[in-house]
Amino acid sequence: MNVNETIATEATAVGDEKSLIMPKEPVSNDNAQSAPVQEGKTVGKPYIDDAKFRLRNVEVFYGEDRAIKDVSLDIGRNQVISFIGPSGCGKSTFLRCLNRMNDSIDICRVEGQILLDDEDIYHSKKDVVELRARVGMVFQKPNPFPKSIYDNVAYGPRIHGLANRKADLDDIVEDSLRKAGLWNEVKDRLQSMATGMSGGQQQRLCIARAIAVSPEVILMDEPCSALDPIATAKVEELIAEMSESYTIVIVTHSMQQAARVSNRTAYFHMGNLVEVNDTTKVFTSPEHDLTESYITGRFG
Amino acid sequence: MSDKKDDVYGDHISHKFNDELMALKTEFLKMGGLVESQLNLAITALVENDSHLADEVRVTDKKVDQMEVVLDEEATLILARRQPTARDLRLVISVIKMVADLERVGDEAKKIAKFAIKLSEEGQAPRGYLEVRHIGNHVLGMLHDALDAFARLDSEQALRIMKEDKRVDEEYQAATRTLLTFMMEDTRNISRCMSVMWILRALERVGDHASNVAEHVIFMVKGEDVRHTPVETTEKLVGQ
Repeated sequence: MNVNETIATEATAVGDEKSLIMPKEPVSNDNAQSAPVQEGKTVGKPYIDDAKFRLRNVEVFYGEDRAIKDVSLDIGRNQVISFIGPSGCGKSTFLRCLNRMNDSIDICRVEGQILLDDEDIYHSKKDVVELRARVGMVFQKPNPFPKSIYDNVAYGPRIHGLANRKADLDDIVEDSLRKAGLWNEVKDRLQSMATGMSGGQQQRLCIARAIAVSPEVILMDEPCSALDPIATAKVEELIAEMSESYTIVIVTHSMQQAARVSNRTAYFHMGNLVEVNDTTKVFTSPEHDLTESYITGRFG
Repeated sequence: MSDKKDDVYGDHISHKFNDELMALKTEFLKMGGLVESQLNLAITALVENDSHLADEVRVTDKKVDQMEVVLDEEATLILARRQPTARDLRLVISVIKMVADLERVGDEAKKIAKFAIKLSEEGQAPRGYLEVRHIGNHVLGMLHDALDAFARLDSEQALRIMKEDKRVDEEYQAATRTLLTFMMEDTRNISRCMSVMWILRALERVGDHASNVAEHVIFMVKGEDVRHTPVETTEKLVGQ
């Protein structure tokens, strides 16, 4: 359903593309580059040395509609990168390319090159299940299985055959719950239903479930938008801790969250990757007009 | 071109946010205007031996202090309420810092006013007032231009002010030498000359504060901190 929304917004957006790309008033300060966006041209620093993902000339189509237009970007190893941009800008679509979640949509087609540690993840012989174990995902709404807390976390390791003995599985579950900052809250009720937990706990359970299969990358699609400020703070704290050992890509509508949690920030607009820079740079003196307008609340 | 730049802070989705930023900017310029007039009056009071006027300057300084407090509070509220980013953030941060500079200029004006009262009581033909008037006009102009550069977001003008500050320093050195000769000519001059020296020192500081304001204007416009940066680097940045 999320995808349908995206399709709908993209489709309507294409009609008045010009009016959206060109801000009504020139809002530039002297150093900002002037709108409009040039397709395939990203200002700032899209490429870095130690990259986990290398994406080149990526295009995503929903039927005839081009949702992502010639995007090239490196995602740094053990770094947090956030994707920001107005609704329908393609940031979620782009995120979902990283573990081939778009495969499940028939009309969706991905072009260009996406390398995970120099390996083409869209290669025809690539095992998608294995890919998704390496690249885990956490969604906007917490979506625990209607099972016990224990089984939720144990699910991945079981199907991937990561633990042979019960004791090993117990270890993985405990370790994952600890990493997700949830262990002390749930250790006495591991067998109770996950759906009975609070929203914030459920989301951290989903994070625990994602890290239980020892992924290298964790994709987060607005992981805090359904959480209260305290649960949000806990998840953000978790992101900071996890960034030491995982590569994290987060899509967020909260600019403050992007500013708080990420090393780099990428700004998407109408399917274009407009600007990528260090987060500090983006939030103090962005290079592109559109980035500036968006983050300062001038259009959305 | 300057008109367009003026509403650079005024096109947010939230109108209230626009109003808050505008109010901050207007209030800052008001404080700048007041400080400018304070300095002007203090210099006039000195060179015209007008102790009433000098007293007025001393009293009005309380108003300057009050404005500093109000502006800081407004800026703090914007930070708390809006979490501004990019150019909005740079405006708020710069205002907080520039307000401190303006307040110091106010203090220097008060200092000059105090000397004006003291010197007018002592009577006698003033020595070194020519220099005071000259440097005074110079830094008054700089202060005015710095506030103007802020209002119009004119980084080129800001750069000119920063360069101007070098000239003020030279003039200050020259004036100090002149006063030293007066003191050597006749030791009875020393006390008065020292007072004038302090006044010159105050004016030279005003030049520094105007230059600080100019640096912040460049930060606001260009997003680069040009404090403690070689002029050539700043020139390149502004010339872009």
